[in-house]
Amino acid sequence: MLEKALQGSRRYWMWIAFLALVILAGFAAYLYQLREGLGVTGLSRDVSWGLYIAQLTFLVGVAASAVMVVLPYYLHNFKAFGKLTILGEFLAIPSVIMCMLFVFVDMGQPQRVLNVLLHPTPNSPMFWDVMVLSGYLLLNILISLVTFGAERRGVAPPRWIRPIIILSIPWAISIHTVTAFLYAGLEARPFWMTAIMAPRFLASAFAAGPSLLILLCLLVRRVSRFDPGREGIQKVAVIVTYAMAANIFFVLVELFTGIYSDMPEHLHYFQYLFLGLEGHHALVPWAWTSQLLGVAALVAMFFPQVRRNEKTLALACLAIFAALWMEKGLTLIIAGFVPNPLGEVTEYSPTLVELLITFGIYAIGALVLSGLYKIAITVRESLKAA
Amino acid sequence: MDESRRNFLKVAGSAAVGAAWAVPVVKALAGGGKTQTWPGGRAARRWALVIDVNKCSSPAVQRACAEACHRVHNVPHVPEHKHEVKWIWSTGFENAFPEQAHHDYRRDLLENPVMVLCNHCERPPCVRVCPTQATFKRPDGVVMMDMHRCIGCRYCIAACPYGARSFNWEDPLKYLDHPRPDYPHRTKGVVEKCTFCTERLARGLEPACVEAAVRVAGPGAMVFGDVGDPNSAVSQLLRTKTTLRRKPGLGTEPHVFYVV
Repeated sequence: MLEKALQGSRRYWMWIAFLALVILAGFAAYLYQLREGLGVTGLSRDVSWGLYIAQLTFLVGVAASAVMVVLPYYLHNFKAFGKLTILGEFLAIPSVIMCMLFVFVDMGQPQRVLNVLLHPTPNSPMFWDVMVLSGYLLLNILISLVTFGAERRGVAPPRWIRPIIILSIPWAISIHTVTAFLYAGLEARPFWMTAIMAPRFLASAFAAGPSLLILLCLLVRRVSRFDPGREGIQKVAVIVTYAMAANIFFVLVELFTGIYSDMPEHLHYFQYLFLGLEGHHALVPWAWTSQLLGVAALVAMFFPQVRRNEKTLALACLAIFAALWMEKGLTLIIAGFVPNPLGEVTEYSPTLVELLITFGIYAIGALVLSGLYKIAITVRESLKAA
Repeated sequence: MDESRRNFLKVAGSAAVGAAWAVPVVKALAGGGKTQTWPGGRAARRWALVIDVNKCSSPAVQRACAEACHRVHNVPHVPEHKHEVKWIWSTGFENAFPEQAHHDYRRDLLENPVMVLCNHCERPPCVRVCPTQATFKRPDGVVMMDMHRCIGCRYCIAACPYGARSFNWEDPLKYLDHPRPDYPHRTKGVVEKCTFCTERLARGLEPACVEAAVRVAGPGAMVFGDVGDPNSAVSQLLRTKTTLRRKPGLGTEPHVFYVV
């Protein structure tokens, strides 16, 4: 099956070559970071996690969102997702791989990474995050190989895979819950220490991930003869709308508690995020753009005409994805560190090295995704032809 | 299988499983015992530090403490503020005690810096979150770091409510002119912090900051001792003076106390 990824048009190979270049640049930047230390990033004593860990947080959501097509299809036998499901599962695989790479490049002593397994520590959410992420990757590889392999041969998937598919549903919820617990269990960071964190993560994940899936489906239809199905895409659009509505509701709940209670140790973070603190306002434009774009896109998605027209649907999905990236892939993590535990303000902005490494990892994700989608498309095209 | 043999195996098996669990449980219940030390070393049930804010109010005292600590522990002097490594340093009273300070607070307290360091919490959040147990609490209360196990994930930095932990963003050797051979220097990519001078306690000495504070500001400026011993100097101080702890509401139970 894998050989399908190695046969493609000139356009396909040019895309692969472009990704390879970005990966190479990222790898070179990583070697530099490895030699010099994490001081080559914009991180500091006060803002000790930044772009890398924020990408982990955002991409765990994209990975988990596969469950939004897996659950209706396998649990409720929702036929419209029949052709879409594999694209959802194939999106989860590179997402988890990127998550792991982002954790890895953030480590000060990456050669010691196996210490996490050598000295298992159940009281650390990070230990559990490593466990559930690896488990989720294995589950998705196994499930997609078995189900798609069966489909290719024109036979029903073996019965033993069904309980594993069912297991992957709560497992998807678990990866994002555990990732939220990384933050929500820290009394040192009042901005994150909120019970809504995990529900909010899930809601934004189920909006951002499926938005990306819609965009990918529309793209697949443009570049190939494989059609993931209009009805399926429309249903995913409804899922995105509900999830985005839930996400914005959760954000407002969070804002109410944080601001109305008027406790300085909560308030300062929101001030920094939306107004700026002591003359520092690096995140303010991002925070407002994210929220306004998100609300605007949600309002647009409420209208069936917008969802039905695939051009406006694509635009709205792009806006939702971008808004949620700015929130989870940027502001939510950084703002948790400003002000620091002593009430001082140190700002963070990523360096070129950090950006190159980040782009490199995204390119690795895109490479894996392209290969997997290439396989799915080729197999589906030949099935259709036969 | 023979009935009696099966029963024997059951009993033996349960006993083995029970014993495997019992050893750490009994150890945990019997915890609080003094750490073992070699002859001439100091041991305690629970180490604690009392800082007299009034006696230590001058920048000269605080500088002496920080310099003494950073010198004996090969703490690099990193010029770039964002990459600073510090075990003990000075900050504003309202930065150290945001819950206590207010606009019309005692002037001398607001105007003078106070020294802050790792609080060697009874319930340390850094230890709770560390994924490799590279940071851990000794039976005598000292929160320690194993620099050779640390993977540099910085979760402990995110978890510490006191900003007490530093990461080696660069190679610390670049900023150490004469690294002392009697204390290990660190590599880049690991977290470090105050250890209550365990290496000095083991030789029967006071922590370096305490020694410096007493030398510059006189006896009682900083007092280090065993709060597990009701007759110790720190225990008596805590019973007779008004003391503050940083962020007491978090339940971390800091063991650095401030006499105001």
